[in-house]
Amino acid sequence: MSITEDQARKVAHLARIAVDDAALPALARELNGILHFMEQLNEVDVTGVEPMTGVTPMRLKRREDVVTTGEMADRILSNAPDAREGFFAVPKVVE
Amino acid sequence: MTDLNSLTVADARDALRKGETTAVELTEACLSAIDAAGALNAFVHHTPDMARDMAQAADARIKSGDATALTGIPLGIKDVFCVKGVPSQAASRILQGFRPEYESTVTQNLWNAGAVMLGKLNQDEFAMGSANESSCYGPAVNPWKVDDRQLTPGGSSGGSAAAVAADLCLAATGTDTGGSIRQPAAFTGIVGLKPTYGRVSRWGVIAYASSLDQAGPMTKTVRDAAIMLGAMASVDPQDSTSADVAVPDYESLLTGDIRGKRIGIPREYRVEGMPPEIDALWHKGAEMLRDAGAEIVDISLPHTKYALPAYYVIAPAEASSNLARYDGVRYGHRAKLGQGDGITEMYEKTRAEGFGLEVQRRVMIGTYVLSAGFYDAYYNRARKVRALIKRDFENAFAQGIDAILAPTTPTAAFGIGAMDSSDPVQMYLNDVFTVTLNLAGLPGIAVPVGLDKQGLPLGLQMFGKPFEEGELLNHALVLERAAGFVAKPDRWW
Repeated sequence: MSITEDQARKVAHLARIAVDDAALPALARELNGILHFMEQLNEVDVTGVEPMTGVTPMRLKRREDVVTTGEMADRILSNAPDAREGFFAVPKVVE
Repeated sequence: MTDLNSLTVADARDALRKGETTAVELTEACLSAIDAAGALNAFVHHTPDMARDMAQAADARIKSGDATALTGIPLGIKDVFCVKGVPSQAASRILQGFRPEYESTVTQNLWNAGAVMLGKLNQDEFAMGSANESSCYGPAVNPWKVDDRQLTPGGSSGGSAAAVAADLCLAATGTDTGGSIRQPAAFTGIVGLKPTYGRVSRWGVIAYASSLDQAGPMTKTVRDAAIMLGAMASVDPQDSTSADVAVPDYESLLTGDIRGKRIGIPREYRVEGMPPEIDALWHKGAEMLRDAGAEIVDISLPHTKYALPAYYVIAPAEASSNLARYDGVRYGHRAKLGQGDGITEMYEKTRAEGFGLEVQRRVMIGTYVLSAGFYDAYYNRARKVRALIKRDFENAFAQGIDAILAPTTPTAAFGIGAMDSSDPVQMYLNDVFTVTLNLAGLPGIAVPVGLDKQGLPLGLQMFGKPFEEGELLNHALVLERAAGFVAKPDRWW
């Protein structure tokens, strides 16, 4: 498989990273190099092998479905680049 | 008496208990050493006021007879750990100005034990890198130097490694996703321990690849690693992958007796192009363990070759998901927007400005391997190969192997910028001996064993069974004693 400039543009957009058109050929080349390296994985016989999700053989912990924390809006907003009246502020989303 | 900042944790603890020194004196010695070591670029956020307050409190606690092994011990903390009120930005521009409102479990455990916070340590951005060059603070510099070149301390925990090796602190915290504790430890002649996945809480550790990330100690000796791990490790309800396994007293497990233990030498780690010096060191290490009464056994870990490509699918996939949170809304950097820019432009510009090139590369690779049509071909296949890599280790342990001995890195430290011209894959090859362990979730420790012909440190690593860090540390202690590595970098900074 190989990545075209168009696909590189699409990946950058999916990742929400602005990439100049002029930088796309180099990006596509770089991604191709990495993907080529990954293709070694095709040599491995993985028939009947379950994909691993976690390394420790333990069941995900569960707890009571109750509120355990809260009432700290000020602290949560304290690092926001733009917070107003108890909310995160962002550019207009809906016309 | 030697300079206080050059003490080991164990010696400092003993001196504090005997009243031969104070936490305040130890802390002042470290703060002076840090001030004089700007050229190493190891400490990137300094917290001297906090350090002095904590040292005074520690001295009071020692007087009251309520001290732990870490009370009054000055530490450096990798930037990736959230420390309340202290800049914590994982060496990324995108977290510029972020001051956490909460404390990571690891650092909270250390403060509860009475340790002293000296400041935050340099690293690769989001722990992605093997040379500490992808840092928004600029590269950390290795205190070891053999000519006019500046050498890398390795990465991603390069600042931690440089700080410990240069005696700027008594010990430091690191994190290891693909070798980020062990490789820099090897490059700087110190000890670095990556615990079993789930041994140390990930709560408050800025995430890179959550199924691989594990925090651990970087220290001057194996004994210090045992002391530090005991304080860092805990069972933590805040981390759903924290294992319900009691934390033993690791130091008390250091007997120095490994008679009858079976040490595996994995033949697949003898890679093409490996310098003869590394191979010779490996042989020497095996001899040392044999002389101590262990049995040396050739073993096979057949899927080793595939660890690196599997890692470079899985880690970027998890990173692309974890780093989706940096959107310019809740914390850190937000790009200045142009006329008519909407929320998508805000995300895209913010992330283009905030993430460095290596982070962008990994986020995009991760996005690609998780995208519709490629998920099975790359991500699921990598996860299956990961299962086989873990099975290789399980088979070895099932055959009675107690620990595995391997080189830590394929070379000694290289020059800063030496990897600039090569492609990303060349850089990734640095992790060839270390990533297997993260994929399998096992504990591993890097121990300095000798110097190469240029005079740079070389290390070996040992792998242990899950949650058997005590036994692993004991093996490492034997290696450390036999190697008798005492060399220190000549001070040039």
